[in-house]
Amino acid sequence: MKRDWVILVCGAAAIGALGWSGDNYFIRLLTILCMYATLAQSWNFIGGFAGYPSFATAAFFGLGAYTSGVLQNQGLPILMCWGLAGLCAAVFAVLIGGAILHLRGHYFAIATLIIAEMLREIVNTTPNLTGGGMGLNLPILRISVDVQSRVFLLAMLVLAVVTTAAAILLQRSRLGFGLRCIQQNESAASILGVNAYQYKTAAFGMSAVFVGMAGAIYASWVNYIEPPDVFDILIAVKPLVMVLLGGIGTIFGPIIGAMVLLALEELVWRNFLTVHAAALGVIIILLVLFLPNGLFSLLKDLSAKRAKQ
Amino acid sequence: MTVLLELKSVSRQFGGLNAVNDVSFQVSQGEILGLIGPNGAGKTTLINLITGVHPATSGRILFDGQDITKMRAHQIARKGLARTFQVVQPFPKMTVLENVATGALFAGGATGLKDAFAQARQHLEFTGLGDSVDKLASTLTLAKRKRLELAKGLAMRPRLLMLDEVNAGLNSMEIDDALRMIRTIAERGVTIIIIEHLMKVMLSTAQRIVALHYGQMIADGVPDAVLRNPRVIEAYLGSKYAAAHSGSSA
Ligand SMILES: Nc1ncnc2c1ncn2[C@@H]1O[C@H](COP(=O)(O)OP(=O)(O)O)[C@@H](O)[C@H]1O
Ligand SMILES: [Mg+2]
Repeated sequence: MKRDWVILVCGAAAIGALGWSGDNYFIRLLTILCMYATLAQSWNFIGGFAGYPSFATAAFFGLGAYTSGVLQNQGLPILMCWGLAGLCAAVFAVLIGGAILHLRGHYFAIATLIIAEMLREIVNTTPNLTGGGMGLNLPILRISVDVQSRVFLLAMLVLAVVTTAAAILLQRSRLGFGLRCIQQNESAASILGVNAYQYKTAAFGMSAVFVGMAGAIYASWVNYIEPPDVFDILIAVKPLVMVLLGGIGTIFGPIIGAMVLLALEELVWRNFLTVHAAALGVIIILLVLFLPNGLFSLLKDLSAKRAKQ
Repeated sequence: MTVLLELKSVSRQFGGLNAVNDVSFQVSQGEILGLIGPNGAGKTTLINLITGVHPATSGRILFDGQDITKMRAHQIARKGLARTFQVVQPFPKMTVLENVATGALFAGGATGLKDAFAQARQHLEFTGLGDSVDKLASTLTLAKRKRLELAKGLAMRPRLLMLDEVNAGLNSMEIDDALRMIRTIAERGVTIIIIEHLMKVMLSTAQRIVALHYGQMIADGVPDAVLRNPRVIEAYLGSKYAAAHSGSSA
């Protein structure tokens, strides 16, 4: 656990230092990295620890983006809007979770797929409040572009650090312990006194709060949001891919996965935009079939083999 | 003696099947009750009803005077009812120690993870798994997995412990060990319901036996009487055997 904190602090300091000295393109990359890490880490709470594969990430992200966008346009301070966006996403998750967390496995996954579509419809039908299909403009920050990019990197970095800290704390907590039991055998967990329903709901809420804030920060960052952008199904799929890449149910797996996915996106897919979704699909299938414990496990296996020789 | 557990006309249907049919009996504080019956008689289902795995279709279950019929499994567990699973259900990706700590943490009143691990260690020593604490539960032999089930149940600090065929598949030395443990647990004041096919085990532990057949209770009494009961003999061994051996003990 101590080692986890050291890695977290060093990693955050490294990203901060790199960002401070880097150019705007590089800062943008790091900001996305922190956002991805937050999404992946959040997915891991419900999908990894509790074992309930969720596609609700896009719903929470979009909900956070719109909550903050609408509130900012009402003139509320930006930090307060970000916080309220997280709160709103968490409360929404707890309410929805109450209705769908009795579903198991694929049924749960399918139910979560619908949530983003539902929210997207609500946005489309409330143009007065949300701009509807036309999208929503956010207030422009009156600071220089260079400062702005660094401010948003800092915001995403803090969010990623807080989310990871939550994961570290969760792993050694009663809640985290109970979730691991649920993931492995829910009925056996109940018989041992684990309140599975309460714990799953808590995990779902945790998987929403930081994603809602990430959506809010993203909205402020890009200044303009529209439903196809913030409720994009890819926002729901990518966290799953990242966690599978890095190692499910681990602390730093999601972050490693975020790095790998971002690298792939930047190096390969920028040039092949149309195959983006298909490529993600192929990666998922390959991972599930051949590397269910992530790239990390491959490295571990290799080093174990080398040690034996 | 005070009644700890009381079943009042408890039934459970699966589709059209009466897995448990109008069963009523009481278990007194400190008693060791044997539950017998051929495969499919409804013994495991009965334990599932008591522990809240399945809800009863009808009837009432009282524990320590309180109606627990509609309670959920985790609430029942926290009241002091523990059980082992006939088909062992360890958490495969957790160590043996973590498996047992779960019971201590969520139902056994442990104050935190550290306390839960400390308690788990004691239960593992008692059940003879002291040398396997750091092994993954999935790597244990069947005999050890059965003991792990027992340790998990004990970690819940139960008032009533239900043992569903904890001795099935063990050799006779392992069974003797297990019996000694069960007696020690009973001496500590834990009330026990034990399901077992081996008559030797039943006769040497149970003070009273309830027999089930096709979901119905067909006998309730001291072991000797129940095992001599013609309906029990017939249920167990078929009518031919019952006719040939009527009167002699099973
Ligand atoms: N979850 C279930 N769904 C459907 N039928 C079940 C279920 N559990 C048990 N049964 C049926 O109920 C009957 C009693 O089973 P069980 O309680 O396991 O018997 P025993 O433990 O005495 O061998 C059997 O016919 C079994 O097939
Ligand atoms: Mg059975």
